[in-house]
Amino acid sequence: MSAALKTDAADAPIIRVRDLVKEFNVTRGRGGPPAILRAVNHISFDIRPGTTLGLVGESGSGKSTTGRLLVGLIPATSGEISLFGETITGADGEAALAKVRSKLQFVFQDPHGSLNPRMRVGDCIAEPIDIAGGWSRKDRADRVSELLETVGLPRAVAERFPHEFSGGQRQRIGIARALALRPDFVVCDEPVSALDVSMQAQIINLLLDLQERLGLSYLFIAHDLAVVRSIATDVVVMYAGALVEQAPKRVLYSAPKHPYTQALLDAVPRPDPDRVRSAALGGEVPSILNPLPGCAFAARCPHVMDVCRQDRPAPRPTGEGHVVACHLY
Amino acid sequence: MAEATILASGEAIAARRRFRVLRKLLHHRSFMAGFIIVAVMVIAALCAPLTGVDPNQMRVRLRFRPPSEVNWFGTDQFGRDLFTRTLYGAQLSLWIGLAVAVLSGVVGAAIGVLSAQFRRLDSLLMRIMDALMAAPAILLAIGLGAALGPQTHSVIIALAVAYIPRTARIVRASALVTRELEFIEAARVSGASSMRIMFKHLLPNASGPLLVQSTFVFAFAILAEAALSFIGIGPPPPAPSWGNIIAEGRQFAVQSWWIMLFPGFAISLAALGMNLLGDGLRDVLDPRLKVES
Amino acid sequence: MAVPLLEVDDLTVRFRTDAGWMTAVDRVSLAVGEGEALGIVGESGSGKSVTALSILRLHAAATTRMPTGKILYGGKDLLTLPTREMRQIRGGEIAMIFQDPMSSLNPVLTIADQIGESLRLHQGVDHVTARKRAIELLDLVRIPDAARRVDEYPHRLSGGMRQRVMIAIAIACRPKLLIADEPTTALDVTIQAQILDLLRDLQRELGMSVILITHDMGVIAEFARRVMVMYAGRVVETAPVGQMFRRPVHPYTEGLLTAIPKLDVDVRRLPTIAGSIPDPTVVIPGCRYSPRCPQVQESCRRDSPALLPAGPEREARCPPRVAAMAKETVA
Repeated sequence: MSAALKTDAADAPIIRVRDLVKEFNVTRGRGGPPAILRAVNHISFDIRPGTTLGLVGESGSGKSTTGRLLVGLIPATSGEISLFGETITGADGEAALAKVRSKLQFVFQDPHGSLNPRMRVGDCIAEPIDIAGGWSRKDRADRVSELLETVGLPRAVAERFPHEFSGGQRQRIGIARALALRPDFVVCDEPVSALDVSMQAQIINLLLDLQERLGLSYLFIAHDLAVVRSIATDVVVMYAGALVEQAPKRVLYSAPKHPYTQALLDAVPRPDPDRVRSAALGGEVPSILNPLPGCAFAARCPHVMDVCRQDRPAPRPTGEGHVVACHLY
Repeated sequence: MAEATILASGEAIAARRRFRVLRKLLHHRSFMAGFIIVAVMVIAALCAPLTGVDPNQMRVRLRFRPPSEVNWFGTDQFGRDLFTRTLYGAQLSLWIGLAVAVLSGVVGAAIGVLSAQFRRLDSLLMRIMDALMAAPAILLAIGLGAALGPQTHSVIIALAVAYIPRTARIVRASALVTRELEFIEAARVSGASSMRIMFKHLLPNASGPLLVQSTFVFAFAILAEAALSFIGIGPPPPAPSWGNIIAEGRQFAVQSWWIMLFPGFAISLAALGMNLLGDGLRDVLDPRLKVES
Repeated sequence: MAVPLLEVDDLTVRFRTDAGWMTAVDRVSLAVGEGEALGIVGESGSGKSVTALSILRLHAAATTRMPTGKILYGGKDLLTLPTREMRQIRGGEIAMIFQDPMSSLNPVLTIADQIGESLRLHQGVDHVTARKRAIELLDLVRIPDAARRVDEYPHRLSGGMRQRVMIAIAIACRPKLLIADEPTTALDVTIQAQILDLLRDLQRELGMSVILITHDMGVIAEFARRVMVMYAGRVVETAPVGQMFRRPVHPYTEGLLTAIPKLDVDVRRLPTIAGSIPDPTVVIPGCRYSPRCPQVQESCRRDSPALLPAGPEREARCPPRVAAMAKETVA
């Protein structure tokens, strides 16, 4: 599906998430009933074709879980995920997922764990093809060469094993694998976090180029706000499993509304020695194991009010595609 | 796209990293010592027919000859040449060792990956393995061997069953670790079936520990075959195996010590060789199989 | 600088790997003054961590060739110090904290035990006093409810808390120098900000010198007064922090500053540094950065460049650039 294909419904979202919840049962050491860990707490968002939704959050925010829910790696507890018109949650979810599977893909964080050390690079890249089946040997080989060229690696790489390559090269191989069956939507889970700074820029640029050339849509998960800024169209901020703010990129970075987003942006160190940062946000990320009632951020929020400790704020639109879950608004 | 296609000269694909394992093995003293010992024994076994002597031919006049120029290892109570018998014995004993290692490896590996992939099957299979492991391997083998009768293939089966649990455990442990790695998730995203994950991903990554374990099983099997033959449930005579020869020579241990000595020495040497090989393999393979930086 | 607290002089450290000997640190020199915050910045393979470990002689003896050079502290060369005296220095005078708080604490000892270990070793206090001091230290590193937490085991604490405990252990005996090797890399951004604030305050309160090692330019800008940039085992630039960010001399520093994704600016495509970090076992003739340098000249590929002065408290390992700067200053 190339970017040149524009229809009337060109802006209709291809990914729709409504009220998504994911809970894990955690067995407790000392006996007793298992505790419930709510990793994703009623989140909703859309992704439009050809755009990148940046998903930011710290540990425990639920961003990685969300990414995996979206491609069916983990089953949802409740809520709705619809991809390209197919609802993969609920009854018949499996069948729906099977229908759209070839349009979805995933790029992983760890360049050293995301490739099977026992398989040659060419076989790693061709795995989605092999699983789908029905390709001739020649077509398969041609596609592998094509993919290697797309990600900027020489053809000879296909005969080697992953351990012979550096982190950045392995990430390229992982991206080539993700592109094998020409997906339309790719979830990128911290794809550059494990790379050196000088390599991060190369991989981000590669992802941007591929998006333009191939009309891809991304869900780009990262904890590094600067990285997200370089690639996202819209940004969603998550905290302790909940969606706290969503906005188009420029709006989010220049005029964030949620106190957490503001604190997050402030806390990032800038390469500017003259900048004076305000005092760091105190407290810890709350446990998602036994969530207290009310807003998850209440304990650390500089603008906390009584209502915040009692009622969980629902995400509310405040105009221009900006959504905030905060009692201040 | 220019930046994406730049592979500046500094980004050389390190050709040095190829064949790393092979080179390390060649430099590892234990491994090479073990490899040479085993290689020599295998070659000797294969060359058994070259002696031109029939291992089963009895020459009554040459009974109980001590080692001499004519009979390098002496003769036994039937006048059979012990050197030839030991060489043919090597064929059988090494074959048994290999068969047991392969059989327990294959079945153990299958059980191991199945347990790792299907958690509900895991409890069932591992409890069965625990039950099998509760009995000392030799006793288990003796029991099974006695039940199956004194034949070569029952020896192989009995010994293999005794060692399947240990192999299964090792493969399962490795597979459980592998399962957590991201390339397994990558396969699942593309719709990989459990079969594919087990046999294309989990199993190959367990091959290192499996191989190491198999060398130890091989060594054990050679020793155990001797034990089984000793109590009469080994490969049936007159076919020579090292254990057979020792068993038959037991009655004459004092006067004709050479009957038991040479096959006994061969067993020790084979077991030693395999153990050294296994140690070397483990040293070289284990750290490499870890996700490296 | 007035007499420096610690001076590393021409340090070279080589490791044996599968592919042969590699030089992790190649003739590195640095100096830290009293109460100074020195930042060492570099990517993987730069040798920054190995340099830090060498100061306390913490590298694996089996695969390391005896480092050459000198590390001068308090008039003695740490590299040749007898082990007994070295142990007194570790923790007592020079302390170190590491990157991964999850694996830096012993899971079977309580916090009190681990903080107390340093105190008992260096100051010979008894258990009761050690526990009391541990609580004081936990307060100092801003762990709430210190009296209760001191008896807990590490698994009950979050990453940020564990890092604070690490810092408490490190400063227990009031060391003169704290080496922090990527102390916040594994932490969330908001927690990182807390830890950096803490380190900065502690440094002021205790008059400690700090060597902060990181790959994060933002952290360096916030924390360090002077910065040393390392690449492929060599120092390529040192400068006061303001000057380094405003007018970098070495092309690598420049490239690094432009290639970092920016939080406050939108760009269509990120500028990049071509190529990638060299394989440490491969020897590159001339300047180690020459294969990637956008301003490379013939001489760069031939002659190994020396570290040249480039202004007050500034040095750079790039003769063409240093010369160009000198001309600008004159003109």
